Amino acid sequence: MSHAWIQNLLFLILLLGIAVPLGPFIARVMEGERTFLHPVLGPVERGLYRLMGITGQEDMGWKTYAWAVAFFNLLGFAAVFALQKAQGALPLNPEAMGKLPTDLSFNTAVSFMTNTNWQNYGGESTLSYLTQMLGLTVQNFLSAATAMAVLVALIRGLVRRTSNGIGNAWADLIRGTLYVLLPLSAVIALLLVSQGAIQNLSAYVHTASGQALAMGPAASQVAIKMLGTNGGGFFNANSAHPFENPTAFSNLIHMLAIFIIPAALCLTFGKMVKDRRQGWAVLAAMTVIFVMALSVTTWAEAKGNPGLKAVSVDQAATLQQGGGNMEGKEVRFGSGATSLFATVTTAASCGAVNGWHDSFTPLGGLVPLWLMELGEVVFGGVGSGLYGMLLFALVGVFIGGLMVGRTPEYLGKKIEAFEMKMASIAILLPSAAILIGTAAAVLSTAATASVSNPGPHGFTQILYAFSSCAQNNGSAFGGLSGNIPFYNYGLALAMLVGRFGVIFPVLAVAGSLARKKHTPEGLGTLPTHTPLFVAVLVGVVLLVGALTYLPALALGPIAEQLALR
Amino acid sequence: MNLQLRPALVSFIALSAITGLAYPFVITGFSKVLFPRKAAGSLILADGKVIGSELIGQSFTSPKDFWGRPSATVDANGKPLPYNGANSGGSNQAPSNPDLKKAVEERIAALRAADPGATGPVPVDLVTTSASGLDPHISPAAAAYQVHRVAKARGLDEAKVRDLVATHTEGPQFGLLGDAHVNVLKLNRDLDRIK
Repeated sequence: MSHAWIQNLLFLILLLGIAVPLGPFIARVMEGERTFLHPVLGPVERGLYRLMGITGQEDMGWKTYAWAVAFFNLLGFAAVFALQKAQGALPLNPEAMGKLPTDLSFNTAVSFMTNTNWQNYGGESTLSYLTQMLGLTVQNFLSAATAMAVLVALIRGLVRRTSNGIGNAWADLIRGTLYVLLPLSAVIALLLVSQGAIQNLSAYVHTASGQALAMGPAASQVAIKMLGTNGGGFFNANSAHPFENPTAFSNLIHMLAIFIIPAALCLTFGKMVKDRRQGWAVLAAMTVIFVMALSVTTWAEAKGNPGLKAVSVDQAATLQQGGGNMEGKEVRFGSGATSLFATVTTAASCGAVNGWHDSFTPLGGLVPLWLMELGEVVFGGVGSGLYGMLLFALVGVFIGGLMVGRTPEYLGKKIEAFEMKMASIAILLPSAAILIGTAAAVLSTAATASVSNPGPHGFTQILYAFSSCAQNNGSAFGGLSGNIPFYNYGLALAMLVGRFGVIFPVLAVAGSLARKKHTPEGLGTLPTHTPLFVAVLVGVVLLVGALTYLPALALGPIAEQLALR
Repeated sequence: MNLQLRPALVSFIALSAITGLAYPFVITGFSKVLFPRKAAGSLILADGKVIGSELIGQSFTSPKDFWGRPSATVDANGKPLPYNGANSGGSNQAPSNPDLKKAVEERIAALRAADPGATGPVPVDLVTTSASGLDPHISPAAAAYQVHRVAKARGLDEAKVRDLVATHTEGPQFGLLGDAHVNVLKLNRDLDRIK
């Protein structure tokens, strides 16, 4: 199992190797500068602007920007909802999948619009190929582009001086999709097919012995599901399914695809604010928390299930077997690559899984749960991770400012009451959705009947569901039968609060910061590129997360761990 | 206020067409040309019939075959149907769930009933359900555990069976990704060829 630690290290090195060139590339794309892709995609971009009747240069105030993003998302919701209702009468449906119930369609539409991708639907058992392509795949792209646009708007707020505008939402959405998400997805999709991921439009295959094999255009959907930190699987089993994730190498591609854009965006940020150290500081803070979390999961899962100690089972790692806690894991990945995947997918708001978190050891499952509850800011979702982290940075400089008795500043912008109010709202709303939602579910007999595991673990299943949805992750303690109206609507509400309850305050902060003058650095300014600030940032994130969730975690995974020993 | 009606509708429809139709169709086309067998599911054919996919495990229950991992997949009505390739999924049993411990004990009992000589601890992957319910692999240890039973049931030399397992054993990819594994379907098919 020692090679699991080397695997973890290799992952971090490759991640950095990709993020370093990708970050500045994204900055150039979002600023409208020419890149090597412009000869091919430039005409498409300009053609789109012409059709839309805009130039792409119109500067929007934050309210117009917010409206554009909301309207664009509403259209995405409507399309996914309509496709699920109409798929029975539409083409590319060789298995004759019928229309889905209203509550489930609503949940899935909200889920994909908000970049959550909670799976109450069954991939291969309920959705047509057209719904997968034109509904889910499209939203995988557009929800990621949405958050990337919002992030860039926030960075412009920090950069611009006495400006009313924070950029053009349409240009941001189109550029992110065309130049960043689309080419990377194409490369990743073909890499996955080269390993054995399927990509076809055939009907399901039935073998001579009667085994049914689901088919479909999986690789194209899976590539953007990872890259856009969406996470909704083509198949029920998500990235554990051999047709989505056939080898340990495809598994590495899956994990890198989740993290490369969130990591690169830190460096995009550094480039756009013309101080690369700022980007590295944020990336360092994320990496510190990630490595701590990863170590706990890797260790806990490698040790195996303490509940099987009395049984004649060999869980030790040897040359002949990976060992560890193998319930709900695949042999080709083993406990090491599954632990890494689980940590990556929940640190980022991806939510794809290559093993079932529900069957993780209590401590191994606590880490993914807590990473989501920290606010999906440890790398986090495409765009959403960094705008969330920048809000924590504002809180950090605010606390630092209180300590030295000066007006807090971040990158030359005074942080005042309005920014702090918005940051507090954005941090508190998802937390409230998680805790109130869990409390409501625990009080409802219909909701508790969905629990599949007894004892404290059953409570964790509910807490995990609301944490995952309100933080737009989408992974699950999958034993919970979420496909009932209570969860379909309740969790959808949590997703909406967790998405737009953050996006709107972030854009408000962007608008407010853009209007401000630049304040030159003084003696009382807390530098935000130093190890000290990295420590402050890590401290703020961990403290807020610990104070908010420790009581709930004590009732769930911590109680389970103590009972299992 | 400018409602942005036209840019919203046009951009949404155009980007939907690009990412939801053009992109998957182009990838499908490229895959068909570059990796035709893999894009179609790595199917194993014999006499023109599909026997299975080398990536998707199958249910083996005869003492003459190597058994794969337990599978928690169900049919359309929720009844257990191991290795149902049209409805993947796992047990989602918690480590603290008494049903998990019971299930593991039953699987151990079944393995020992089929091979009373094997009394040592059972490799964990052989008695726990996989994530997809379609795991095509077992660990080399899980294969070794079954060599005696399979060899006896087939009247073969144990060393011969052990050699075959060794040729089917793949280490971690590139030496460090994932864990060592043996493809059960391919192993059993090669076993059938030994006369």
